[in-house]
Formats: sequence, C-alpha cells, structure tokens
Amino acid sequence: MGIALIHVAVREVRMTRSALRNRPKATAGQRILGGIGEILITLGIVLLLFVGWELWWTNIDANRAQSEVTSEFVQDLSVGDTEAEEEKDFGPAPITKIPDGETFGIFYIPRFGKDYAHPVTNGIGMDVLNSVGIGHYPETQSPGEKGNFAVAAHRQTHGQVFWDIDKFQNGDKIYLQTKKGFYTYEWRNTEIVYPSQGEVLLPVPNEPGMKPKSSTLTMTSCHPPFTTRMRIIAYSELESWRPADAGPPAEIADLVKKTMKK
Amino acid sequence: MYAWIFRTLPGPLFFRILLAVALIVGAVLLLMNYVFPWLSQYSPWTESTIGLMLL
Repeated sequence: MGIALIHVAVREVRMTRSALRNRPKATAGQRILGGIGEILITLGIVLLLFVGWELWWTNIDANRAQSEVTSEFVQDLSVGDTEAEEEKDFGPAPITKIPDGETFGIFYIPRFGKDYAHPVTNGIGMDVLNSVGIGHYPETQSPGEKGNFAVAAHRQTHGQVFWDIDKFQNGDKIYLQTKKGFYTYEWRNTEIVYPSQGEVLLPVPNEPGMKPKSSTLTMTSCHPPFTTRMRIIAYSELESWRPADAGPPAEIADLVKKTMKK
Repeated sequence: MYAWIFRTLPGPLFFRILLAVALIVGAVLLLMNYVFPWLSQYSPWTESTIGLMLL
C-alpha cells in the first residue's frame, strides 16, 4: 500500500496540469482492472503485515505483559540472602498450591539467557500463552508434588518464551521461584512427539497407570520452530529446594535480586 | 483507488503527502492493534500445547 501510494505521488508530481489534460482517458475496463490490481496488492501487503505482526509485534506486547505480571507477583514475595547456608540440604520440597488462573511462580533458566525470568500462570488458554507467557496444564501436578508438573509456552511469537528449548545440555538447571521458595530442576532428556501425544503429561510421562516416585517438570512447546507440526518436550527432575528465607541458589542470586526490584 | 484518494486529499502537494503517510500509519496501527489480534484467534499456527489428555 505504501509503495503504491508513493508511486502515485511521484507520478502526480511529474505530471503537469497540461500533461494530465492530454492523457488519453482510461476505458472503463482498464479502470476496473486497475482497481482490482490495487486491491490485490493491498491484500498482499496486509498478509505480509500479518506475518510481521505475528513474528514481531506479538513479542513486544507479550514482553510488556510479562514484565507487568512479574513485577506484580514479586510484591508478594520475600527472599532472604543466600550467603550463609550455601550447600545445605533443606529436605523434601513442600508443595506449592496453584490457585485457579493465577500467576504462582517465576522460571529462571540460565540456558535460555542470563536474564531469563518469566512468570508461570495456571492455565494453558490463549489468554495465558499469548500474553503472560508460561502456562501450567491445570490437570497436572504442582511443584513439589510427586508426579508431573507440566507447563507450555510458545516457541516463537508472543514473547517466544521457549525459543531455546532444544538447547538444553547435561547438567542444565531450571529454577522455579514460588512463594514458598526455590525449586531446582535438572534437565534429563528431550523428545519430539506428535501434538496428540498427551501421554507426556501423565504423572509418570508416557507410563499410564504408573505411580510417580519423583517430581518431574515437563516443558512443552512447538517443533520445528515456525511450525506446529510436532511438539518438543523437555523433561527435568526436581533435584533440590531452598526455602525463600534461605535465599536463591547461587547461580541465579543476582538475577533474582534484579527481578525482585522490578 | 489510491490515485483517487490522493487527488481527494485537500491542500498543497507537500501537505497531501504528509496526510497520505499519516493515513498509512493509521491503517497499519489499526491492523496491528485491533484487526490482527482479533484475527489470530482463528489462526492455527501458534498452538504450542499438547492435546488429548489420557489421564
């Protein structure tokens, strides 16, 4: 549309009044064809704009929504200083109850970037995933509970929260901060499945009827990037936990401090 | 269509170019803020959840 208008403007400038007067009048057929052409060009540009909106504009909106949600959520949190009990074992992790439709935690994933901090909210509707980022499958278990704590987020568009989900390496930690404290998960493995393979959300992923013995974190997103053909699933196991007043794990201490100040 | 719009705009050439640019920016903002968000609920391209619960 923009280019077409500029063309028109340039033409108008070039054509003097007399030239305009001498121009042979376009026939009705030519004018209709020209009009159809303009409409087609316009539609093409609108489609390109839609792609631009999806891939770029949605990130801006989502990032703004997510930092708002984060700064609101951290108002309710209090966190101690890490210094003292660095490597202490705080025993089994308590269960963080997940209130309906509310934000209940913040994920810190160093592999996704040293400033990576995104809120996690109950629900996997478009209202959650398209704006506030990570959503928790409501039918799955809670952090700290035996079973499967499963979350979803977009691979691209709307903040592309799980863009790097295929980059996990052995030893990678995934931290979850809730009101209770910090859960540390360690990445175990990643698999690619069909979108219909809901078994990955079972208490023991892919094992119907099995009683869970550990707490698993299951992250789901799209694969390959820019398509919705498959799903990529990253599994992690709950490794340790720190109560809030003991302070965050050393690896994310600075980031947590920064996030809390937001 | 666009030629007609441009001819219809009032004022000197410079002013009409400014107006045209403003119209384009307005149309794009309208699309980005209202039309596309509405349209995207019908778009199947951004699903990242897993279907079919087998619990």
